[in-house]
Amino acid sequence: MLGRTLREVSVALKQGQITPTELCQRCLSLIKKTKFLNAYITVSEEVALKQAEESEKRYKKGHSLGDLDGIPIAVKDNFSTSGIETTCASNMLKGYVPPYNATVVQKLLDQGALLMGKTNLDEFAMGSGSTDGIFGPVKNPWSYSKQYREKRKQNSHSENEDSNWLITGGSSGGSAAAVSAFTCFAALGSDTGGSTRNPAAHCGVVGLKPSYGLVSRHGLIPLVNSMDVPGILTRCVDDAATVLGVLAGHDPKDSTTIQDPVKPFTLPSLTDVSKLCIGIPKEYLTPELSSEVQSLWSKAANLFESEGAKVTEVSLPHTSYSIVCYHVLCTSEVASNMARFDGLEYGHRCDSDVSTEAMYAATRREGFNDVVRGRILSGNFFLLKENYENYFVKAQKVRRLIANDFVNVFNSGVDVLLTPTTLSEAVPYTEFIKEDNRTRSAQDDIFTQAVNMAGLPAVSVPVALSSQGLPIGLQFIGRAFCDQQLLIVAKWFEKQVQFPVIQLQELMDDCSSVFENEKLASVSLK
Amino acid sequence: MAAPMLRWCCPGRRFAFARVGCGSCHRRGPPTGSTSNGKRGQSSVAQQPHITAQKPRKGEPEWAAVVGLEIHAQIASNSKLFSGSQVCFAAPPNSLVSFFDASLPGTLPVLNRRCVEAAVMTGLALDCHINRKSLFDRKHYFYADLPAGYQITQQRLPIAVNGSLAYSVYVGRKPSQMVTRTVRVKQIQLEQDSGKSLHDDLRSQTLIDLNRAGIGLLELVLEPDMSCGEEAATAVRELQLILQALGTSQANMAEGQLRVDANISVHRPGEPLGIRTEVKNLNSARFLAKAIDYEIQRQINELENGGEILNETRSFDFKLGCTVPMRDKEGKQDYRFMPEPNLPPLLLYDSGSLPSGADPQQVINIDQLRERLPELPRVTRQRLVQQYGMLPEHSCVLLNEVGLLEFFQNVIKETRAEPKKVTSWVLNTFLGFLKQQNLAVSESPVTPSALAELLDLLDRKAISAPAAKQVFEELWSNEGKTPAQIVAEKKLELLQDPEALEQLCRSTLEAHPDVVMDLKRGNPRAINKLIGLVRKATLGRADPTAIKEVLERQLSS
Repeated sequence: MLGRTLREVSVALKQGQITPTELCQRCLSLIKKTKFLNAYITVSEEVALKQAEESEKRYKKGHSLGDLDGIPIAVKDNFSTSGIETTCASNMLKGYVPPYNATVVQKLLDQGALLMGKTNLDEFAMGSGSTDGIFGPVKNPWSYSKQYREKRKQNSHSENEDSNWLITGGSSGGSAAAVSAFTCFAALGSDTGGSTRNPAAHCGVVGLKPSYGLVSRHGLIPLVNSMDVPGILTRCVDDAATVLGVLAGHDPKDSTTIQDPVKPFTLPSLTDVSKLCIGIPKEYLTPELSSEVQSLWSKAANLFESEGAKVTEVSLPHTSYSIVCYHVLCTSEVASNMARFDGLEYGHRCDSDVSTEAMYAATRREGFNDVVRGRILSGNFFLLKENYENYFVKAQKVRRLIANDFVNVFNSGVDVLLTPTTLSEAVPYTEFIKEDNRTRSAQDDIFTQAVNMAGLPAVSVPVALSSQGLPIGLQFIGRAFCDQQLLIVAKWFEKQVQFPVIQLQELMDDCSSVFENEKLASVSLK
Repeated sequence: MAAPMLRWCCPGRRFAFARVGCGSCHRRGPPTGSTSNGKRGQSSVAQQPHITAQKPRKGEPEWAAVVGLEIHAQIASNSKLFSGSQVCFAAPPNSLVSFFDASLPGTLPVLNRRCVEAAVMTGLALDCHINRKSLFDRKHYFYADLPAGYQITQQRLPIAVNGSLAYSVYVGRKPSQMVTRTVRVKQIQLEQDSGKSLHDDLRSQTLIDLNRAGIGLLELVLEPDMSCGEEAATAVRELQLILQALGTSQANMAEGQLRVDANISVHRPGEPLGIRTEVKNLNSARFLAKAIDYEIQRQINELENGGEILNETRSFDFKLGCTVPMRDKEGKQDYRFMPEPNLPPLLLYDSGSLPSGADPQQVINIDQLRERLPELPRVTRQRLVQQYGMLPEHSCVLLNEVGLLEFFQNVIKETRAEPKKVTSWVLNTFLGFLKQQNLAVSESPVTPSALAELLDLLDRKAISAPAAKQVFEELWSNEGKTPAQIVAEKKLELLQDPEALEQLCRSTLEAHPDVVMDLKRGNPRAINKLIGLVRKATLGRADPTAIKEVLERQLSS
């Protein structure tokens, strides 16, 4: 049952094959068994069971609230949850219990979803590995998959297996791992430069970054207000569409959301792609791109072409300037957004009482890790009067050029862009931490952050397993507010590639029910 | 929410503006004890100032002073600029604080329509250009009563620019020497107010009250077109009247709804402008005038003695009557301005540019607001002069005293007495009594209706003018009685029977032959004595003119 998609389990609930409470308990038990993955910071067991009870009553009365009623979900720990600790994986907010729900959380709860817990992340979502939070790194469930282990036995020699676990990618690694390990059916991430799509690609799940302004940010503890978007992680594209249908729309509490009403939608199945034009941005073919990802990317393009779609090489000429401008704009907003954490109203406060300034300094030194402090420092540097024109204003101008690149490409008749999501598959933790967070972020966000600069919708869809038995995802980028069209294409693609289900039997041998719905691996693109 | 913390000094946190040459001249020497008015509360500049021309002594170079103002007016709105919390003065600490006001992570600003309308109306009233597009910015500084670590303001593109404010000052001793001066309004911007820090020196901690945090402010920047304290105070008073007429701010200085910072410098005419100082947080018009005049004189003295002026922030010590440097150990602040990413540009429309089919709740039409503008004080004064034939300075007093104009108009409405008579009674008798007892118009024991009735009695010649004064005194001290009742009780009605008056005059003449002799010997003042005697006999109920007539007739017959 747990291996099913959100849609499938929703049907099972409606048909009475399982009750919300049973479903909730199974997920809770799996969360406990997979605790070592470190996917959750807080497991809201009591809340979830209470919500399940309520949901069960509704089902008994025949008053189900819809597709999400009784469905276990998880929420990244940078979304405010009323009465549930929200830490951002930072000492600064350890123990902070928000008095209100983020709009997206409230919308899910209003639909009857069960909140299983708050998922792990990089501190304040600053990172691309989910390795830099105070609760420790998240372990990629694929590290323990049959697919990966078997390949390792063939290839590797005598390394200690347990010390070679893989990172999930980030910063929404906890959410990706939670969905990947079957502990929930959908999870909220956040996406500022790729934080939803990157871990989705590494964990073999679907990661959707909706158009900026389509989904409310109210209650999402910000990284970069002008780029942050709540992200959706699910096991299939249809599920992402279902969740997006619930979340999308104007929020009076977020002035940057669109005014036009958005109706829930279901994705039609595309049968004919011959009217579709797929753009392949040539600048995304970088030397750092692994040959495996590159080969899957071109196979995917060939797949579209062979099915009758027009596939064309396009140019996004300002791509190479994007990451450095992203860095300037990101750190500047971070410097500003983090100014509120002064130890007065909420969060950590140091013991020092020499003076207010000393209190501020010690509070912020103790509360933030090096990554956050580093970004605050550089952001404040860029915002200084003497630097503002040379850095912030210039970066904004380049941001406009990058957005225009996309507009030009879409105006030329391209419907959707196809790109890699990440440079390679997930790497072992020991490998990952050889580089610092800043270097890693610059490398790992290379294909994803330009989309945030332009406010476009994008989705990472798992394609196939690498030679090491690890998932690889590809990214589709759509026109602004054409999220639905983007997902229709992604759904068609998903159906063609038949990405294999993760096999975790060895690890959780007493959880047979998890895998009852298991499909056989069929890596059609290899 | 009150967080104990340690004392911390306030850094300068408003930005300064460019200065242009202007100004009247100041002579060297000790400060001239320039006019100051000890009026209460917000009406502290009720009287127009007299500015006496200063003649420089021969051979001594003059000094010119230049004064610019930054004024923060709290917007009169039900809720705050970016949150739904209520706006209310003197509520219990931290009782009006939304999650946004406390800067809880994840909260976002939502612009209050009413505050935008207030800014547009104020801009229109001050002849500003209203920007069809304006932007919000973050201004960063760490301070305990600024929960987000930044203030949302309009640094790059404010909502209104390039306006002007006209105000009248007396230039001589005579009322006829009233002139109109104009100060340019550089810009009006919308911004958030901060919270309040309450320093508890005893326990060496600071308590934070966030009730004020996030209330909408209009920051008005007045160009340095003024040259002394009284000019500045008068300009501020005029602005106060305009804001109150518009209803965009209660503009009560005592309650902090109007706060003024002054930029002051002196230079010799023809030479470049001097280094300026900023005097902050001037909370009454009287202190504003005093502080500016003190500061001008201090700078002159400093320069005359070979010293130099530091570009610094000073505060006014109202007990000592002087300005003192504020402790500003942070030095120059870099506010690291940045566009506010959570608020889209603020777009305003006029009837021509209004997008068709736009939701009226979502757009603001400048033309519509212009039509809704009430009569402005300048126009009201002109109307009073034209309609009631009063002197310009009388119209000024009527407007400057809070509630006095309304009182006057209510009396006018209910009485048949001449407007000039009403003006005289309201400005002399009524206002005189108020001042004597230090009362506001709203605290007056005499209602407009009572005064109207009294003036009617006078107009009908039912009572004499002296009797009317007596009735007024009775009205003041014995609330609840009508003028008619007082007249009846005190038997103050005029002697209406001519026969009785004839009789009284005759008997008075008979009883005082010595005075009559005196008169006949040619002492013209003797008639007054006789009139007085008759008045006494009538218990003050006869009109002195009528008495004089009868007496003269009887004496000559």
